[in-house]
Amino acid sequence: MNGVHDMGGMHGMGPLLPERDEPVFHHRWEARAYALVRAMGAFGRWNIDASRHQRELIPAAEQLRMSYYERWLAGLTKLLLQHGFITAAELASGKAAPGEAKLTPALPAASVPGFIARGSPASRESSRTPRFGAGQRVRARNLNPIGHTRLPRYVRGKSGVIARVHGVFVFPDTNAHFRGESPQHLYSVRFEARELWGEGSAATDAVYVDLWEDYLDAA
Amino acid sequence: MKSKDTHYEHAEHEHAGHREHHEHHDHAAQRVPSDPALQVLALESLLVDKGLVDPQALDALVESYEHKIGPHNGAKVVARAWTDPAYKARLLADATSAIAEFGFGGLQGEHMLAVENTSAVHNLVVCTLCSCYPYPVLGLPPVWYKSAAYRSRAVIDPRGVLREFGLQLPEETQIRVWDSTAELRYLVVPQRPHGTEAMTEEQLASLVTRDAMIGVAIVRPPQPGEPP
Repeated sequence: MNGVHDMGGMHGMGPLLPERDEPVFHHRWEARAYALVRAMGAFGRWNIDASRHQRELIPAAEQLRMSYYERWLAGLTKLLLQHGFITAAELASGKAAPGEAKLTPALPAASVPGFIARGSPASRESSRTPRFGAGQRVRARNLNPIGHTRLPRYVRGKSGVIARVHGVFVFPDTNAHFRGESPQHLYSVRFEARELWGEGSAATDAVYVDLWEDYLDAA
Repeated sequence: MKSKDTHYEHAEHEHAGHREHHEHHDHAAQRVPSDPALQVLALESLLVDKGLVDPQALDALVESYEHKIGPHNGAKVVARAWTDPAYKARLLADATSAIAEFGFGGLQGEHMLAVENTSAVHNLVVCTLCSCYPYPVLGLPPVWYKSAAYRSRAVIDPRGVLREFGLQLPEETQIRVWDSTAELRYLVVPQRPHGTEAMTEEQLASLVTRDAMIGVAIVRPPQPGEPP
């Protein structure tokens, strides 16, 4: 979707304000929100792409105004409702509906180290031959899907060179919508800064973007 | 169903005005959520009540990222790459495996790439679409990395961004910006500073900063008077 989350190249987003000796979390609630997202993600009922897409769907003005963990909390709450983990009535009351059997956590404390150590690899075994090879010139397609995509607007229609073939990975555009993983080759594509931003950019500079085969045409 | 109007009601949120929440420029015209601290508390208690969440698992997750997993991990990797050419070659060829030699890996670092700064090339990492960041080597991302300001500017004006971080690179230095649009996570291997030839791997690791491994800084040699 052409959402406000797709920020590459935008102006007017304010100054950079790095904070010295920044804590990992600024408030306890941020730490709990982070951990809840992981603990509920461990059920495997959604995936990282669906999770990102939920946050993209927050209306633009609210998205820009909210802090990072507010967006995470809003996205998680939506997913919990959609996937039937909680009901709106329970969310409003803060209490489990009476008479329901107690469920079992997907992520007991003892499993946390293994959960972190394993992660959730997105590569897939495949015998598919990559359509492009390193050094080949490609053009990013001018796609404007209404759903989730990881093809940033600033590279659409632009040409670049395959810098590296990463192997076969889950395709976010389908996975985010539970339409299958559609595993396909992923490439690191080098775009010259001048191709993306014009003659005002340094001729020496480039942006590397990881793009799936379905985003690319030979050029 | 709880409507958005109650979810994001008009209220002063607890940290409005805090310096770190610099993304918020226009509080007056926007609806802001009811206190997120209360929302999280209520949600956690509901999920625990239903048996879906083990509160001790939440403690363990928080503890991991507050005290165990952080830039000190990445610094060890970089210091090894500086002192052991064979390790550096492995790191640049297959970063995931080379980083796993330290026992680092997993969540948000399942697929790693190391990019090396040289006298000719400077690398900078961003995620323009969200906040992708290599957790196993750097921990959770700082607020500025996730900010609209950094995400929007790093790809179009990397030199301006670096200047704001106090880093003025020569015109002839090639800047490579890595936009983390997929599940590859990037670690910048900064240049080893001059004057560190006598330092041990452990001493070198103490010089390597988070910002240098994102690419918004370089590693400075130890200053006179500082312990090595």
